[in-house]
Amino acid sequence: MTIKPEQNLPPRAGFLNGVVVPEQPGKNAIEVRGVRKVFGTGEAQVAALDTVSVAIRENEFFTLLGPSGCGKTTLLRLIAGFDFPSEGEILLYGEDIAPLPPFKRPVNTVFQSYALFPHMTVAQNIGFGLEMLGKPKAEIQARVARMLKLVKMEALAGRRTSQISGGQQQRVALARALAPQPKVLLLDEPLSALDYKLRKEMQIELKRLQHETGITFIFVTHDQEEALTMSDRIAVMSSGKILQVGAPRDIYDRPAERFVADFIGETNFLKGTVVSKKSGVASVKLASDATVAAGFPEGFDPSGAVTVVVRPEHADLVADAAKGTVAGILANVVYFGTDTHYHVKLDGGDNFIVRHQNSRSGAVAFAPGAKVGIVFEDDGARILRD
Amino acid sequence: MSITLSKAAIFEAQAEKATSWRNRLLALPALVIIGIFGVLPLLIICVYSFLQAAPYGGVQWKFSTDAYLNFLFQRDIFDDTLQFTPDFLIIYLRSFLFAVVTTVICLLLGFPTAYFMATRPPAQRNWWVLLITIPFWSNLLVRTLAIMFIIRDEGLINNALMGLGLIEKPITMLYTNFAIQLGLLYSFLPFMILPLYSSLEKLDFRLVEAANDLYATRRQVLWRVIIPLSLPGIIAGCLLVFIPALGAYVTPLILGGGIHLMIGDLIAQQFGSGRNWPLGCAQALILMAAVLVALYFYVRNTSGKIQHG
Repeated sequence: MTIKPEQNLPPRAGFLNGVVVPEQPGKNAIEVRGVRKVFGTGEAQVAALDTVSVAIRENEFFTLLGPSGCGKTTLLRLIAGFDFPSEGEILLYGEDIAPLPPFKRPVNTVFQSYALFPHMTVAQNIGFGLEMLGKPKAEIQARVARMLKLVKMEALAGRRTSQISGGQQQRVALARALAPQPKVLLLDEPLSALDYKLRKEMQIELKRLQHETGITFIFVTHDQEEALTMSDRIAVMSSGKILQVGAPRDIYDRPAERFVADFIGETNFLKGTVVSKKSGVASVKLASDATVAAGFPEGFDPSGAVTVVVRPEHADLVADAAKGTVAGILANVVYFGTDTHYHVKLDGGDNFIVRHQNSRSGAVAFAPGAKVGIVFEDDGARILRD
Repeated sequence: MSITLSKAAIFEAQAEKATSWRNRLLALPALVIIGIFGVLPLLIICVYSFLQAAPYGGVQWKFSTDAYLNFLFQRDIFDDTLQFTPDFLIIYLRSFLFAVVTTVICLLLGFPTAYFMATRPPAQRNWWVLLITIPFWSNLLVRTLAIMFIIRDEGLINNALMGLGLIEKPITMLYTNFAIQLGLLYSFLPFMILPLYSSLEKLDFRLVEAANDLYATRRQVLWRVIIPLSLPGIIAGCLLVFIPALGAYVTPLILGGGIHLMIGDLIAQQFGSGRNWPLGCAQALILMAAVLVALYFYVRNTSGKIQHG
């Protein structure tokens, strides 16, 4: 039995028992192939998604990261079935689910607004999906009890959703979406309504739930820190396109494009000209006449005027300006508790920030106005596509 | 800390008391009007219903329960015995039936309409509300007469059907139960649509998506999410249609041609050609009592199901 759009699937319970969706470890849970989504018609047409392709592996915590309006929520809605792609396919374990209505997809969603049913209790909310699947009462009760325990909400099972706090509503929304044991769980900025401390708690909680349930999570967020700390892999999106897909460390250390480097973390941008190239490393002459060795992404052939990026923590200050790769005047020192930011006005005119991890012993004393040098770590400087 | 808190609480309570008094004053003009033109006439009706009818209308100031006895019984002219005559009861039951059918059909027609309106873009919605209220811009009497012209034997429908050769003789529609029912539906449909719309407009349609996401089909979403959450509107709409439909006067009179009496006609008759004011008063009070009893059970059955988020 396979999922077909015209098929009515009367015993809808079937597809959660691995009948429709065969379990094959190491496979792609979701494969998005050349999906375009266009809103509006004629002149007013807007492409919310512009030919996006991405594969999400089974049991993965996958994050769609980007600024608002980048198309990440649109992509999530297409996977959930609330919208349908203008072009392209969405495969769930190899079967095209793009034309299916949401109630025929073994995929559940945690909504940004939680969207809990106000006329039902916490337990009724959690049991709703199972009830709609026509599961026997005893099974629903058992599963609801297990879900309540999983999200630590046993004590509030009989409460109305209006009588519990935001964080508790969040847990109920999670339990409700997890109860039918979906193949893929979609999370649309689920933590954005929580305050900072609760958000931190829920980040850990989400990771735990993903680990315990073994369900593939697709998580949408605009919060880069959230993405970096929680994800197995991240897709960075901008204006309807996926710019880079990779592990958090890849994305952060080796951003493929200038947008990615700029959006995630802080970055120093230095203008320069490529002087020579050999096996993935180019010599770039900066505005201050200093020359730096900078790596560049595969399949990219930098030449002429380029931008070199250096993360603030991939550089360090030295008192002897002559020993630095670049040199400048220390303009400002900002103390952040865990680390200190040194703002340096480079000789060529660019601004440069160096982040230094604070410790009890190794306090380096630099005073504003001093002439300082900056050294880059190996592979700290990279040339990026604009 | 706790002392300051309790002081604050006292101030708050005092402020609340003051505002609640001020708020009550706001309702005073309306209460005065209701008192003079609503409660007082009701008392007069109540008193009159226990008096004797004067031969040419009006009342004689003698206590009597004849009006209530006459509702179900008729005094034999010769031997003064009471005989059960269900004529009035039948009219009451027929009126109830008309009102129930009107309410049910209005609900069935009104719900999809209100849903359609509530799902339009916000800018369009007010136009739809305006369209629904257009019938109110003209007099009910005029509108009812217009229906008469449409459905009578030489009316729009019959002429059109005969012109097309679909029928040979006109279909009699005017002065039938059908005409009364049509008139009632037409008059009261907006009273169903508007409260339903105001309920559905407040519905968070993300809940519909959430239910869909949790494997609920469109029909299940309707029964499990949309209808329970719009129940306040359904209740309000049903009350606003049922009660006036039960006491409707103009519509059954004109479209029923006085042949098929409803409660409204019946009561009006007692004050006109019937010249039996006490009987008219008693009939009005019995109607009110029946409505109150029906309301009590309706509200008791439905209010338990309303749960606000």
